[in-house]
Amino acid sequence: MRRVAITGIGVLSGIGGTREEFWNSLRAGRSGIAPITLADCSQIRFRNGAEVRGFRATDHFGERQADFMDRFAQLAVVAAREAVQDAKVEWTDDLRAGTAIVTGSCVGGQGSEDAGYVELYRLGRARVHPLTIPRTMANAGASHISMDLHISGPTFTISTACASAAHAIGQAFWMVRSGATEMAIAGGSEAPFSFGMLKAWEAMRVVSTDTCRPFSYERSGMILGEGAAMLVLEPMDAAIARGAHIYAELSGIGMSSDAHHLTQPSPLGAARAMRAALADGELAPEQIGYINAHGTATLANDSTEATAIGDVFGARASTLPVSSTKSMHGHTLGAAGALEAAATVLAIDRGYLPPTANFGTRDPECNLDVIPHVAREAQVEGALSNSFAFGGLNAVLAFRAHRT
Amino acid sequence: MSDDLIARVLKTIADAQRLPLEQVTLDSTFEALGIDSMDGVNILFALENEFDIAIPDEAARGIRTVREMAEGVDKLVQAKVSG
Repeated sequence: MRRVAITGIGVLSGIGGTREEFWNSLRAGRSGIAPITLADCSQIRFRNGAEVRGFRATDHFGERQADFMDRFAQLAVVAAREAVQDAKVEWTDDLRAGTAIVTGSCVGGQGSEDAGYVELYRLGRARVHPLTIPRTMANAGASHISMDLHISGPTFTISTACASAAHAIGQAFWMVRSGATEMAIAGGSEAPFSFGMLKAWEAMRVVSTDTCRPFSYERSGMILGEGAAMLVLEPMDAAIARGAHIYAELSGIGMSSDAHHLTQPSPLGAARAMRAALADGELAPEQIGYINAHGTATLANDSTEATAIGDVFGARASTLPVSSTKSMHGHTLGAAGALEAAATVLAIDRGYLPPTANFGTRDPECNLDVIPHVAREAQVEGALSNSFAFGGLNAVLAFRAHRT
Repeated sequence: MSDDLIARVLKTIADAQRLPLEQVTLDSTFEALGIDSMDGVNILFALENEFDIAIPDEAARGIRTVREMAEGVDKLVQAKVSG
């Protein structure tokens, strides 16, 4: 089987609308959490979110093209363009046909659906916009990337709630590793700031009225975020041969299902996914120098995740650097696995581990080194990125530093 | 707490949890009734509808028994009446 290199990264997030802005914020420990502007929160118990500030579709698309796309698809395409440009891909017809696109999204174009329901149920209109269905479908992001970049290989979307993008990157990884495709663009996008969606999150009582404080004793829930991240994956040999910049090697994916509870996570499922990622990536636990945690800052997730890390890494768990970058870019749901894979890969490439921002005081149930507030200089050999979804579906990506 | 309020709280919890009404008493713990965190959120939703109140997240956190839940509802209903 082939080794797989990451040679391009594109990101739009609440902490920056480009890869480099995203990285600069992570490096500085700067949070993008602020009052939500894209939806009216006056009737919602929480106010804060991490929005992609200043994003205007018409800066990136013609008006007519933009009309056909929900914001989640617009973010996906802009991230994919940046990733492909970053990788300096030299396209041929064969490569376009041999490149896969795999995206993750949890709620897809739900904002467009919500707008249609406002027309029907609130305004009493008899019809909704004819593009409601194609804007809403979860695969719209992947389809628009395909059309925009003229890439015609296997293209599909995976929806596993908050693990969507990690599962998507994993599928793309398998296709490149096995030789099924010569290249892949993989990641995820999400734009969850519509009134109906926020009301649904409010009802679950897992969103903080404060901010996102992962692994802190004071943590009070997640903060929603929007964004997109896309990675370019290609065979290591091909990347080296064409002189591409190799951010890191994607060396493994581990997946599991808790088979336990719809919303209560199980440390057993999380630990099995981490072990499977290490085994698939042929990495020993001692080789892991950083974990980008799922770290939602809900009461249940963080203590469960800490227990799972303890189970896999034993005595070393309390000194192994682990951070949750959701403290800065929020929980981007189906895009989270991609934003966090990008953060992990950039951390390996740049030699700094992003911190856990907004950290309060230590929770004895989360006995981890969470890199509070300030990024840490470190050359790591291997790293994990954890994604644990509602529904008990887990996906963990394993990365290895590429040293030349 | 009035008997009426208690009776409505017990019925709301029993209905939400799909339990026989006689099984739910003021002294029941959530644990004994098999109420986990997601069930708790469902019950809060049902109580908000039943009493036309808004139960803040902070007030709901840490509630482990039917009595605590009824007392919390009572407080919010009283506040609504006086407000």
